[in-house]
Amino acid sequence: MTNKKPDLKKGEESWLYSEEIKDHFYNPRNVMTDEMIDDYQADGIGEVGSPACGDVMRMWIKVDPKSRKITDLRWRTFGCASAIASTSVLSEMAIGKTVDDAKKITPNDIVEKLGGLPKIKIHCSVLGDQALRAAIENWENK
Amino acid sequence: MDNAATTHLDPKVREAMEPYLGPRFGNPSSFHSMGKEADNAIEEARKSVASLLKCRAHEIVFCSGGTESDNMAILGVARANQKAGNHIVTSKIEHHAVLEPVEHLKKEEGFQVSYVGVDKEGIINPKDIERALTKKTILVSVMMANNEIGTIQPIVEIGKIILKWRKKNNSPYPLFHTDACQAAGTLDLNVEKLHVDLLTLNGSKIYGPKGVGVLYIRKGTKLEPIVFGGAQEMNKRPGTQNVAGIVGLAKALELGQSEKDKENARLIKLRDYFVGELLKIKGTKLNGHPERRLPNNVNVSFLNIEGEAMILYFDAKGVYVSSGSACTSRTLDPSHVLMSTGVKGEVAHTSVRFTLGKQTKKADLNYVLKVLPAIVKTLREISPTKFKYDK
Repeated sequence: MTNKKPDLKKGEESWLYSEEIKDHFYNPRNVMTDEMIDDYQADGIGEVGSPACGDVMRMWIKVDPKSRKITDLRWRTFGCASAIASTSVLSEMAIGKTVDDAKKITPNDIVEKLGGLPKIKIHCSVLGDQALRAAIENWENK
Repeated sequence: MDNAATTHLDPKVREAMEPYLGPRFGNPSSFHSMGKEADNAIEEARKSVASLLKCRAHEIVFCSGGTESDNMAILGVARANQKAGNHIVTSKIEHHAVLEPVEHLKKEEGFQVSYVGVDKEGIINPKDIERALTKKTILVSVMMANNEIGTIQPIVEIGKIILKWRKKNNSPYPLFHTDACQAAGTLDLNVEKLHVDLLTLNGSKIYGPKGVGVLYIRKGTKLEPIVFGGAQEMNKRPGTQNVAGIVGLAKALELGQSEKDKENARLIKLRDYFVGELLKIKGTKLNGHPERRLPNNVNVSFLNIEGEAMILYFDAKGVYVSSGSACTSRTLDPSHVLMSTGVKGEVAHTSVRFTLGKQTKKADLNYVLKVLPAIVKTLREISPTKFKYDK
């Protein structure tokens, strides 16, 4: 007898959320708060999604022009637990990366970092990478 | 706070069921005394349900639940009466247990369907039903009360319109079915007053057991079975009956109907207090009708907060609610009921349904009201959308 865990990738086949998702959902990191929003000097802003479909994400970034590194990132999300958690975890992944590396982050990378997501949720709720790319492009075009 | 999803089993119901889960396990179709004992229990339950619906005992058919009962009514009546016509009238806010068999008949069996809409408060206009009737209409199915927004539909008025239509056209059609699953604990189920030919009930919404339902079928109504393999339930629903479940459903209905006036008054007071307090929060909107709604139903949209996020933040505080948001449905479509009332997607996605029950006290509502402001503040702050209601 071994205590082998079932082969299922965590969260993939189930409707329940992983501990990692719950953690980011209940304690979201790097949220744009009401206190900071008025004075925040963003270098790039990006937004994707539509409220009618149930998910909207907006991202604010600060970029060091010399090193091209993202020095700070703030976000806001209207959406379900996986939408909120995936944006939160992305914010941690992107800060400190160069914009070129940050652009390479895929929904898959985000899902992996979260310890899996119910399949049905991936397509609709993992939009953070698109919002981030939109913010970077906004900075590049300035 | 999710009693419209299902209710707990009343201890008195459980007590009535227990002998049939234990020593009295006979098959009601057996000829020996143990079988007879089970058969008697079912027949007593049938009489009890019939007395509450003011119908005859043999007009009551037991089955596996609300979904089967609805399917039996829709598919069974449509197929048995298709020589008389192929048109069905129903509403846009029915439960999927009605909408899906109707869609099946339309796609696979050549039926035509008219879906009647609702006003912005979620109520069907009986005149719209009248306008939808044709000489080919064989069945009208309208729910007694809606499961999401709790709106109580004008079944009596629709019933009268149908009677008038039949008289004018000298026809036995259309037949009239109502899904009363959400209404069974709170509204009058007298089938003569309602003028219905078929009525669906189940156990799991009225403090009874899950897995048991009723279809009232008025005498003389042609209905083809959807299950085959035995003569049980007057040949209409074969299969060994769920004796304990049937006994439990009858007991639950009896308790619910006898306590309903007192309990309704208590719930309406709690509901109206709760709605009043919720609407004091900025950016909230009551979905459904302020008065013509079930005594236990509260459905409110919290603008700029997605419903699933709200459910889970409530869950963390030990409060269980549900939502019409797409994210909580496996199809990822927002609630068809809310969309039918003409609200925008962003309102449907932000809806939260609280349904009170026998055990809900004012202190429970006050607890919700206590934890709510922090949840609203957190989730609104992290939302980039800043919609406002036009009041």
